[in-house]
Amino acid sequence: MTLPDGVERHAFGGTTSIATRGNREYGERTDGEWRRWDPHRSKLGAMLELGMETGLDGGETTLYLGAAAGTTVSHVADFGGPTYAVEFAPRPVRELLAAADSRPNLFPLLKDAREPESYAHVVEPVDVVVQDVATRGQARVASLNRRFLDGDGRLLAAVKARSEDVTADPADVFDDVVTELATSYEVLETERLDPYHEDHLGVVARPLE
Amino acid sequence: MSEDTSGWFAGVDPDDEAAAAERIGSGRADGPAAWPALAVETGFATDEDDYYERLHAATMRATEAAVTERERADDKQLVHAVRAMADCDRTANELAERVAEWAGSRYGESGSGVDYARELAERAGDDAASGEDADDRALQSLAARAAGVADEADELRAFIERTAPAVAPNLSMLAGPVLAARLVSLAGGLESLAKKPSGTVQVLGAEDALFAHLTGGAPSPKHGVIFTHEYVSGTRREERGSASRALAGKLSIAARIDHYSGDRRPALQAELDERMARIRSRGGDDE
Repeated sequence: MTLPDGVERHAFGGTTSIATRGNREYGERTDGEWRRWDPHRSKLGAMLELGMETGLDGGETTLYLGAAAGTTVSHVADFGGPTYAVEFAPRPVRELLAAADSRPNLFPLLKDAREPESYAHVVEPVDVVVQDVATRGQARVASLNRRFLDGDGRLLAAVKARSEDVTADPADVFDDVVTELATSYEVLETERLDPYHEDHLGVVARPLE
Repeated sequence: MSEDTSGWFAGVDPDDEAAAAERIGSGRADGPAAWPALAVETGFATDEDDYYERLHAATMRATEAAVTERERADDKQLVHAVRAMADCDRTANELAERVAEWAGSRYGESGSGVDYARELAERAGDDAASGEDADDRALQSLAARAAGVADEADELRAFIERTAPAVAPNLSMLAGPVLAARLVSLAGGLESLAKKPSGTVQVLGAEDALFAHLTGGAPSPKHGVIFTHEYVSGTRREERGSASRALAGKLSIAARIDHYSGDRRPALQAELDERMARIRSRGGDDE
């Protein structure tokens, strides 16, 4: 696996971790201009750390669904191109605004990812959709947002089992979500995000024609 | 408004940042388009860099405004509303009792409560033509006042039912809007409710009993205002302690999610329902 341009392995004291260059946002460790991308706090970070084939080269135009306080999306904007960050809850968006302040290529939007019509007048077609929404119907959110992806674009999703059904076995939940996803995407790779995130499945997929 | 196919910058003066932010917030389109190229083509931006600079300014401004607006429905307003509702309820009852006592002495009737005061007030409207004396008028005016205060309490309740789900969505989902508002009010705000341990949430509103327990030999209270929740009051006496402990636990988790993250977790309801089903099925036959 190769890391995208702009993401490098870097030593922070005793630990080596992936890192990007940009303003410090959430108390992460820094070394010079490099800031640690903590895979425990970021599902996309965990996917890269686990060596999944994300297809990211650096410089991509990205739509990020479920940006929350901007922990992950700040790293994405550090190595990516124009980055659209969608988040529905107002409280974390305050911090997202702070992260976007120093990043001219990061565009924060207080919108509902289940309603793409409410931001399609702002978001251009993108190379990558990153999805990390903790809501029921995660496969539906992915298929609703397929319209933003170019033909050879990538969906990078972190599926949270407990958002779909707390009582069911996560493996069953993942099967259901991946099956539903397969109606609008070709699923290229899946991997559990343990030990960084419990009961999460990382998914790499490509839109079906 | 223009139709569903134009970008956020369509028809917007490039120098009018406020109008651009407004379009970011309220505009719609069915699907994406090559907005940067279109914006340059239509003369909104000189080149792509200029476009992205404008987009950054407009999204920052629009999102800032949207966050401020969503947060204005804040917990302090809810606290005032729920306390005002309690005041109105209490005052309406007090006035209605006074009305009933007074009316008993004049008409020899034995009505009581707000309903009786309302009835008296309506009766006054009906026979306004017949010559009444000053005592009747004073009594009926007081009855109308009591009914009015009760109406105000109902309106405040409706207001709370609308606002609480915006302020504390998960807490309102589990507790119902009014109980959610009461808990926020007793704790003094959503933040302080989120910081309280679940054992404190369990006995909020039972402070007298709690201090009687702490200073003397009184038994510890099992529940405070959460008793009004069906999951406590509708559970068998012997299991009420467990039920209120379990409910308080979920409510404090909900309050923390509402305060610190703000997103919705429908799963909480399922977890609570499941836990309650287990408590209620304990100890043999279910009623």
